[in-house]
Amino acid sequence: MAAMTMIQALNSALDTMMGRDPNVLTFGEDVGYFGGVFKVTEHLQQKYGARRCFDAPINECGIAGTAVGMAVYGLRPVIEIQFADYMYPAYDQLVSEAARIRYRSANDFTVPLTVRMPYGGGIYGGQTHSQSPEALFTHVAGLKTVIPSTPYDAKGLLISAIEDDDPVIFLEPKRVYNGPFDGRRDRPVQPWSKHPASEVPEGYYSIPLGKAAVVREGADLTILCYGTMVHVALAAAEDSGIDAEVIDLRTLLPVDIETIAASVSKTGRCVIVHEATRTSGYGAELSALVQEHCFYQLEAPIERVTGYDTPYPHALEWEYFPTPPRVIKAMRRVMEA
Amino acid sequence: MSSRKSNALDLHVPAPRARPGDKPDFSGWTFPEPGDTPRPDVDAGAAELRDYAYGLIRVLDMEGNALGPWTPHISPDALRRGLKHMLLTRAFDDRMYRAQRQGKTSFYMQSFGEEAISVAQAMALNADDMCFPSYRQQGILIAREYPLIDMMCQIYSNKRDPMKGRQLPVMYSSKKDGFFTISGNLATQVPQAVGWAMASAYSGDMRIAAAWLGEGSTAEGDFHAAMTFANVYKAPVIINVVNNQWAISSFQGIAGGENTTFAARGVGYGMAPMRVDGNDFLAVYAVTQWAAERARANLGPTLIEHFTYRGGPHSTSDDPSRYRPADEGRAWPLGDPIDRLRDHLVSLGEWSEEQHRQAQEEAVETVRAAGREAEKIGVLGAEAAHERASMFEDVYRDVPWHLRQQREELGS
Repeated sequence: MAAMTMIQALNSALDTMMGRDPNVLTFGEDVGYFGGVFKVTEHLQQKYGARRCFDAPINECGIAGTAVGMAVYGLRPVIEIQFADYMYPAYDQLVSEAARIRYRSANDFTVPLTVRMPYGGGIYGGQTHSQSPEALFTHVAGLKTVIPSTPYDAKGLLISAIEDDDPVIFLEPKRVYNGPFDGRRDRPVQPWSKHPASEVPEGYYSIPLGKAAVVREGADLTILCYGTMVHVALAAAEDSGIDAEVIDLRTLLPVDIETIAASVSKTGRCVIVHEATRTSGYGAELSALVQEHCFYQLEAPIERVTGYDTPYPHALEWEYFPTPPRVIKAMRRVMEA
Repeated sequence: MSSRKSNALDLHVPAPRARPGDKPDFSGWTFPEPGDTPRPDVDAGAAELRDYAYGLIRVLDMEGNALGPWTPHISPDALRRGLKHMLLTRAFDDRMYRAQRQGKTSFYMQSFGEEAISVAQAMALNADDMCFPSYRQQGILIAREYPLIDMMCQIYSNKRDPMKGRQLPVMYSSKKDGFFTISGNLATQVPQAVGWAMASAYSGDMRIAAAWLGEGSTAEGDFHAAMTFANVYKAPVIINVVNNQWAISSFQGIAGGENTTFAARGVGYGMAPMRVDGNDFLAVYAVTQWAAERARANLGPTLIEHFTYRGGPHSTSDDPSRYRPADEGRAWPLGDPIDRLRDHLVSLGEWSEEQHRQAQEEAVETVRAAGREAEKIGVLGAEAAHERASMFEDVYRDVPWHLRQQREELGS
């Protein structure tokens, strides 16, 4: 066990899998010698050689397209899209190709591909370094979408993603790469080392895809969230005095409906929090699922706290970013309804 | 728009020389004589090969003689096999085109006039080299002796369709035959072929990859991504641009071929560029062998432009008489690939008109027999289709809860 940041945990997952399986290799923009702009692939080229960890041309279509071909060959490529905002040129290769090759070939060809992408705001990244495009992937048949919120989960989930025989979109909440930022900007961010989920085993372990985690038990209402918003939701629970049950979804597709339904059925109230724009966002899917599974247990309308339906605004980032006070307002509305 | 200044800017929109009602016009084109193009060593640097992007490698003259240094060493037996594969491809296309017209399936695409490219290339490659085709390389499967009945069952989306009725007709897939599942989204297979080739090199394998796309889809970003990656990593891959002059109704000038060649795309990437008469079986075979040898020797990728003509409509949904002269294909200056290989074998004394007629009849009969069998299993329609619950299989390796629920909703 060692205290790791999320970046170190992700690096450790790659290191672990490259050590175990010669078919695992990783590439992307600045991923090789430099170790990635966020350092997730640091030292991997030195340890495993340039053939297993290398720089790619600045062409996301090419990164995804060649990785699909490698996966079809039988490798388990892990590609890095430097920012999730840059994934659009790769979208056709992911949506029309990676996601459908097993289906359209009737299981003749498969694509065990992992696509890592740092996503989300709160870093003054402006509209091209802050987006949360998860709903663009959860809408696609044939893809799985995973978002960790802690170092421990990041490593275990990334290992599961690499071992999965289907393409996995692995979105990394870059605002919590180096510490569990909870949206309370009036106090210093704690380092990961003070968080229990920074205790990460050095070697192999995995966390199954499709399983949510109840990160705070509570009786009054359920907060459904993932990524950075898990920490925001926990802060909101603490600051509000409302006994919220906080569920970290961890996998968005296939989503852990049993854990969601059990929690909302117990509390009768539900707040959904995500950073992405609201309309047709993943929260809409969650809201529909909760309604379908828990309608007769609901005591109040479901609330969504999300980014606004605007491009990510640079200067007004902290108006846009869902912070604990916004979540608390929604919690109070749900409690008072 | 009425008052443009005399020195105002003007937008250029390329247009073909001939439209319906016009005489076919190939007058602007000149080709090197058969046998005139030298054959470079396979380890020649890409910069030394620049002229190949603008020439045209030809072996067969129009009388059937094989000329010059590109003449491949290929036995008369193998040539007869190639000719029979082409005849079979044409007979297959003919029957399946008519089957679509008879309402037995939704859609079909012929490769009429382009048979030499897929058949000669399949024969020049090793049987286990990996092909990433577009939708007009059925000749590869036929040359690799994939069962015709399985192709037909795919076209009929019936119970024996290996793709379980999930794909549009002609979108075949066969891993064991080194034939990648065809996508309808154009050019996506090209970076995939490059990635497959990179994986083969990474793994210390001996197999190379080849991709095919039309000249029209070279305008797609995927093609340029593939060219960049192929060259950066010296991937053991052959990228084949089948320039059949027409992308549905758009002539090759709309794809950027008006003032250059498609082989010339390789020059800017530093990739070996080859341009070959796609209706010349021997030339296609020889150039493919050259590129394969180069790839196998870790000398990197080759871009081959196959200069040919789409003899038929784009698909059964297309009517080319609305945008090109009806007799343009018959006027094609580089002839028909089957006739030209026939003439060559006849000139060698290895084939006769009578043998050719018999081989044609055999091809038609082979296709007819497979067709009868396939139609017994069923043509397109719900009665002959796979079980409806199969719709939910293979989306993922295991069926997740939400798809199980949807399967139950369907009542299966």
